Amino acid sequence: MADTAHLEAHATGHDASSHHEPTGWRRWVYSTNHKDIGVMYLVFAIFAGVIGGLLSGVMRMELQEPGIQIFHGLAAMVYGIEGGEALDAGKHMYNVFTTAHALIMIFFVVMPATMGGFANYFAPLMIGAPDTAFPRINNIAFWLLPPAFILLMLSLFFEGTGPTALGFGGGWTIYPPLSSTVGHPGPAMDFAILSLHVAGISSILGAINLITTIFNMRAPGMTLHKMPLFAWSVLVTAFLLVLALPVLAGGITMLLTDRNFDTAFFKPAEGGDPVLFQHLFWFFGHPEVYIMILPGFGIVSHIVSTFSRKPIFGYMAMAYAMVAIGFVGFVVWAHHMYTTGLSLDVQRYFVAATMVIAVPTGVKIFSWIATMWGGSITFKSPMLWAIGFIFLFTVGGVTGVVLANAGADRALHDTYYVVAHFHYVLSLGAVFSIFAAWYYWYPKMFGYMYNEFLAQAHFWIMFVGVNLIFFPQHFLGLAGMPRRYIDYPDAFGFFNRISSIGYYITFVAMLVFFYATWEASRKKRPAGDNPWGEGATTLEWTLSSPPPFHQFTTLPKIDSTNAH
Amino acid sequence: MAELHQSGIDPAMARRNKRVAMAGMFIAVGMVGVAYASVPLYQLFCQVTGFGGTPQTAVDSPKGAIARQMTVRFDSNVANDLAWTVKPAAHITDNIGKVDTVNYVATNYSDKPITGMAVFNVSPERAGVYFNKIECFCFTEQTLQPGETVDMPIVFFVDPELDDNQELDTIKEITLSYTFYASDNEGS
Repeated sequence: MADTAHLEAHATGHDASSHHEPTGWRRWVYSTNHKDIGVMYLVFAIFAGVIGGLLSGVMRMELQEPGIQIFHGLAAMVYGIEGGEALDAGKHMYNVFTTAHALIMIFFVVMPATMGGFANYFAPLMIGAPDTAFPRINNIAFWLLPPAFILLMLSLFFEGTGPTALGFGGGWTIYPPLSSTVGHPGPAMDFAILSLHVAGISSILGAINLITTIFNMRAPGMTLHKMPLFAWSVLVTAFLLVLALPVLAGGITMLLTDRNFDTAFFKPAEGGDPVLFQHLFWFFGHPEVYIMILPGFGIVSHIVSTFSRKPIFGYMAMAYAMVAIGFVGFVVWAHHMYTTGLSLDVQRYFVAATMVIAVPTGVKIFSWIATMWGGSITFKSPMLWAIGFIFLFTVGGVTGVVLANAGADRALHDTYYVVAHFHYVLSLGAVFSIFAAWYYWYPKMFGYMYNEFLAQAHFWIMFVGVNLIFFPQHFLGLAGMPRRYIDYPDAFGFFNRISSIGYYITFVAMLVFFYATWEASRKKRPAGDNPWGEGATTLEWTLSSPPPFHQFTTLPKIDSTNAH
Repeated sequence: MAELHQSGIDPAMARRNKRVAMAGMFIAVGMVGVAYASVPLYQLFCQVTGFGGTPQTAVDSPKGAIARQMTVRFDSNVANDLAWTVKPAAHITDNIGKVDTVNYVATNYSDKPITGMAVFNVSPERAGVYFNKIECFCFTEQTLQPGETVDMPIVFFVDPELDDNQELDTIKEITLSYTFYASDNEGS
C-alpha cells in the first residue's frame, strides 16, 4: 500500500525537502499541513471578524442617540413595510444583530484565531513536533467551520418570530422559552442550533488532535514541565473544549428536539424546566470564556519574556495557575444565574468559588509584572499589545470580582456594567492577545517584517478606541441601563455617544491593521529566522521564516539549558 | 481510524496517538451523556430539596401547629390554548402546621369537553420545600364537560420546620401558583 510505503520512507529518515509539496488550490483545500491549516483559520477568523465587527458598528450607530434611528429604516428596506410595523421589525432586527455579533465573535473569530490559528501553527513547532497527530482530522476540523458559519448566516434570513422578523433575536445564551417554539416559532433558531452543532464538532476534533499532539509528540527531552507556556495553555484549553462543548451540544439538542420532535425537556407544561437549560448552558458557557482567554495567557507569557529578555517568572506557578483556572472554571457556572432564585447557601458557594479564581489569575498577572521587573525591556509592537492585554484584562478582572458578589450582581445583572466587564476581558483582553500574537509571529509565519510604526499606530488608536467604547459603559450600567435594548432614556445619551465615537476610532484602527498587513506583503522586508533577538528562546525561532513545509525531520533534543 | 494519515509517524506512535484520541472521544461522548443524565437528576434534586419552589407532597398528618402565623396566597394562570377560566382561592392566614382546605373553581367555557392539567410552584422559592400538599387536583388530569364548573380542592399544610430556617425569618406570606395547560388528549 502506498500509505505504508510513505510511512516507512519517513521512518527511515526520508528527506522532507524531496517530499512533493502540493500547489495551487489543492495545497489549501486538501491541506493536512498544520501551518497551512493554521493560516487558513486565521484568514477565516479575520473574515468573520469583519462581519461581526460591522454588525456591532450598526448597533453603535443606532445607540449613538436616544430614539430609534437606523433599524426601522433597515426593516422598511428589507420587508417593504412602514410606520409602527417597521419599528417593531427594526427592534427585532437589533436583537438579531446583537445575537449574531456575539455568536460570530465567540465561535467564528476568537476560537478559530486562538485554538484554530495560533495553536495549530505554533503548538507543534514549540514542542518540536513535525506536524499534529491527526493531520486529516485537522483538515476536517477546519472545513467544518465554513459550513457552520454559512448556517449561522442563513439563520439571519429565515423566519424568527414572524414573517417580518427574520433571524434569531434571543441573545447568544439562547434561553428557552424565548428560543423554543413559544418565542421563536420560525426555522431561524433551528439553523442557529445546527450551526453551533457543526462548530462544536469542529472544535472538539481540533481539541482532541491538539491534546494527542502535545501528549505524544513532544521532542525527546521535552517533558511536560519543560514545555513552553503557550503549549500548556493550549493543552488546558483543549481539555476545557472536550469537557464543556459536549454539554452545550446536549443542551441545544434537547432544545432542537423540544422545538421539532415534541420532547419536553424545557417545557413546563409537560414537566420540563427552562432553568435546567440555563444550568446546562452555563456549565458550558463559563469554561467557554476561559477557552477564549487561556491561549492569550500563553501568548502573552512568551511575548513578555521575549521583550524583557528574561525567562518567565515562576514557570511552574504559571503553568499550574492555568490548570487551576481551568479546573475551578467548571464549578462556578451558577454565578451567571444569581437572579434565578438560587437559595442563599447556593449563592454563597458560587460567590466564594468564583472569588477563588482571582487567586490563580492574580498569580499570572503578578508573574508577568515580575518577569518585566528588572528586565531589559524593548517596547516593540508585540510587547505593547501584551502590556495592553495585561492592563485591560486586569480592569475586566476587577469588575468580574465585583460581579461575583451575588448582592452586587442583583443590581447589575443584565446591565451595561456586565457588557463592559465581558468586553474588557474578551473584546479587549482576548482580542489584544490575538493581535499581540499576530505581530509577534507575523514575521515567523510569513517571513516578512511589517512596518513597526504602523503596528504601533494600530495599537495606540485601538487602545484609545476600545477604552472609549467600553469604559463609559461601566457608568451606564451603574446608572441602571439594561443591555439588549434598541432604545434608552435621554439620561443615558452622553455616555452612549462617547461609546459610539470610540467605535469609529476602533474602526480607523482596523483600517490601519489591514493597511499594515497589505503594506508588509507588498514591501517584502525579509524578517530573518529570529527578529526578536536573544529573548526569543522557543523552538519556532530556530527554524527559517517562514518555516519549511515539513519541519523537524530530525527531532530537536531538549536539555535543561534550552527549556521554555 | 485505520486510514488516518500520520506523516512521519512510526506505527507504535500511531497506536499511542489513537489511544489518546479514543480517550478524548470517549470523554466528549461521555459529557453529552452527562448533559442528558442531568435531566432526571435535576428533577430528582428539585423534588427532594424543593429547589426552584417545587412543593412537597405528604400523606401523613403534620407535627402540629406552632404559634407563628403565615398567610398563604393563591394564584392561577391559564395558557392561551385552554378554554377555561380558573378562579383561585382567597388567601388565608393560619398557624403554621395546621391543615387547611381551599378550593379553586374552574369553568370550561367552550362547547367541547377539555382535559387540562396544572403545574405549580411556590414563591418565595425557598419555601417550596416546606409547602406540603396532602390532596390536590394537580396530581391528576381533569376533564371538564362543556360549560361545566367544578371545585378543585387543595389540602395542605406548611411544615413547622420552616420556622428553623433563618433565610425565611422575614417571610410572612407564601404564594402557591398554578398554571393550567391543555392536555395532549384534548376532548377525550
